[in-house]
Amino acid sequence: MFWRMITKTLIRQKGKMLMIAFTVVLGVSLSTAMMNVMLGVGDKVNRELKVYGANITVRHKDAALMSDLYGQGVSDKFLHEDDVLKLKSIFWGFNILDFAPMLEGHAELAGAGDVSLLGTWPEKHAVLPTGEDLHTGLKSLRTWWEIDGEWLNEDENNSVMMGHLLASRNNIHVGDNITLAGKSFHVKAIFNDGGNSDEKILMTLPALQEIMNLPGKVSTIEVSALTTPDNDLARKAAQDPRSLSPEEYETWYCTAYVSAICHQIQEVIRDGVAKPVRQVAESEGTILNKTTLLMILITILSSIGSALAISNLITASVIERSQELGLLKALGAYNWHIALLVLVEVMLTGLAGGVVGYFLGIGFAQIIGQTVFGSYIEIARMVILIVAVILFFVTLFGSIPAIRYLMALKPTEVLHGK
Amino acid sequence: MPKKILELQNVSKIYGELRALSDINLTVNAGDWLSIMGPSGSGKTTMINIIGCMDTPSVGKVILDGVDISRENAASLTRIRRDKIGLIFQQFHLISYLTAVENVMVAQYYHSMPDEAEALEALAKVGLAERAGHLPAQLSGGEQQRVCIARALINSPQILLGDEPTGNLDEENEGIVVDIFRRLHEEGVTIIIVTHDPEVGDVAQRKIILEHGKITGDIDQSATFGKI
Repeated sequence: MFWRMITKTLIRQKGKMLMIAFTVVLGVSLSTAMMNVMLGVGDKVNRELKVYGANITVRHKDAALMSDLYGQGVSDKFLHEDDVLKLKSIFWGFNILDFAPMLEGHAELAGAGDVSLLGTWPEKHAVLPTGEDLHTGLKSLRTWWEIDGEWLNEDENNSVMMGHLLASRNNIHVGDNITLAGKSFHVKAIFNDGGNSDEKILMTLPALQEIMNLPGKVSTIEVSALTTPDNDLARKAAQDPRSLSPEEYETWYCTAYVSAICHQIQEVIRDGVAKPVRQVAESEGTILNKTTLLMILITILSSIGSALAISNLITASVIERSQELGLLKALGAYNWHIALLVLVEVMLTGLAGGVVGYFLGIGFAQIIGQTVFGSYIEIARMVILIVAVILFFVTLFGSIPAIRYLMALKPTEVLHGK
Repeated sequence: MPKKILELQNVSKIYGELRALSDINLTVNAGDWLSIMGPSGSGKTTMINIIGCMDTPSVGKVILDGVDISRENAASLTRIRRDKIGLIFQQFHLISYLTAVENVMVAQYYHSMPDEAEALEALAKVGLAERAGHLPAQLSGGEQQRVCIARALINSPQILLGDEPTGNLDEENEGIVVDIFRRLHEEGVTIIIVTHDPEVGDVAQRKIILEHGKITGDIDQSATFGKI
């Protein structure tokens, strides 16, 4: 009888129930979209922020100490080039997106005097021991550079790229030949970095190693890694990982905190000290946290909006049916019988709206993913559970005014038309 | 000695300055057929609400089947009403989206267990076996009232309480309903009817006259009972 009454009520009140379902569809679709974007956006926001360059630098421990003590210090201590590819072998190797070793030096530029040189991997292609194809290099880390000409190729040891300030001061153009440390180089490109590099000459790492007579040596490694925003545990570990309990250490080590990744880098780079570029790392965390907060706020506001709309619709429906519900009370229904009847009607309607809203929300999430990030958002299964819980409570809270009205409803008032 | 099924002892219902019922004393025996008459505002509806466990008196006692129900809470009154009272309304109050038999089954559902066969039997008793599958909108006023009577009787109540049960019916249907009451009375059902209609009031065994919340007449109609 109960289900017969529910079914017939739903059919009879289909207009109102469709309005409730529509409200739920709107709320759930928005919540689903926001939560899927929120959960899937971390890596995407990080990837977007990678255009701002490396977020970790690795130096020889003595050079790092000099740098800490005296600013941009110079050291005769170097890292080993053959350690660089080991970066991809760390626990969070998958999160290491790009990296490039750097060697700094000075040489005599014919007609211009002493100039700063930067040797690096402009591009690097390698096959890792795991069989993974690696494509990295400075080109991926300097996406904002304005280039007149073309980037150096991996093995282009007789060409250079020149910072635009140095080039314009010495009236050097793309295609010119210059003499550096007595050796001739072809100027393949002039770049604009907007920073100190505009006064430098960029060449391949082997070319500079040869000029500096430092075979197999690098000064620093710039690393761009996907990281998780720091929390208290990460900050505690950044101070001293040995202060962590075994459980904390495991949690920290297995989470992509920038400090955990730095720690793991130090495990594979001999004598290396890896440090986060705080400005970039913290900006990433801040932007990600704010984006997440925005999504949560939108979810909460849409839930509140849905609850209010549902509340109005249910209350209107119950008031309209007060004679029928009062009759049920007169026939012997307790308050909970009536409340259950109304709640089940609303919950079933909400469930139908929720299912439609969920799939619509997935569609919205993909539209957001495509429009904002240019890729699909991965669907998080946990969103189903979260949406179900939100839907339950939104419907429940939305029903409270109607239930209160029902509790106070006296059969005598509606049956005698008073 | 007939069993007292209902006793009102010094019952008053007071709404602020207004005394809807004032010091009412009334005893109803099992199997009685009582009509309560009076002009509008005389307290008939208040009285039927109190007898029907839909309201409680401000003062006095209501003893139903030997139990004082005058201070019971809403949930207890619901239980008592469900078990002991069958209600008939002037406006029928059938659920519009349920068929005649389903309307009867609703009362069974809140009492114990719905039993379609039993509900059909109740409809047959009021002459509506053929109309069991019809919606209220497909029934005439008289038929709707007979569904209402079947619903009121389905749980075998101790008192059948009618609030203007013929108020919305034409003469023919009024006659049908009164005949049903007559038959129920013969079966031993206690009937209390509030009515404006003197013809309906006169067919009862006993007639109570209410004026300004007070009983001004308690007329024994035994002499004419069954002859009208």
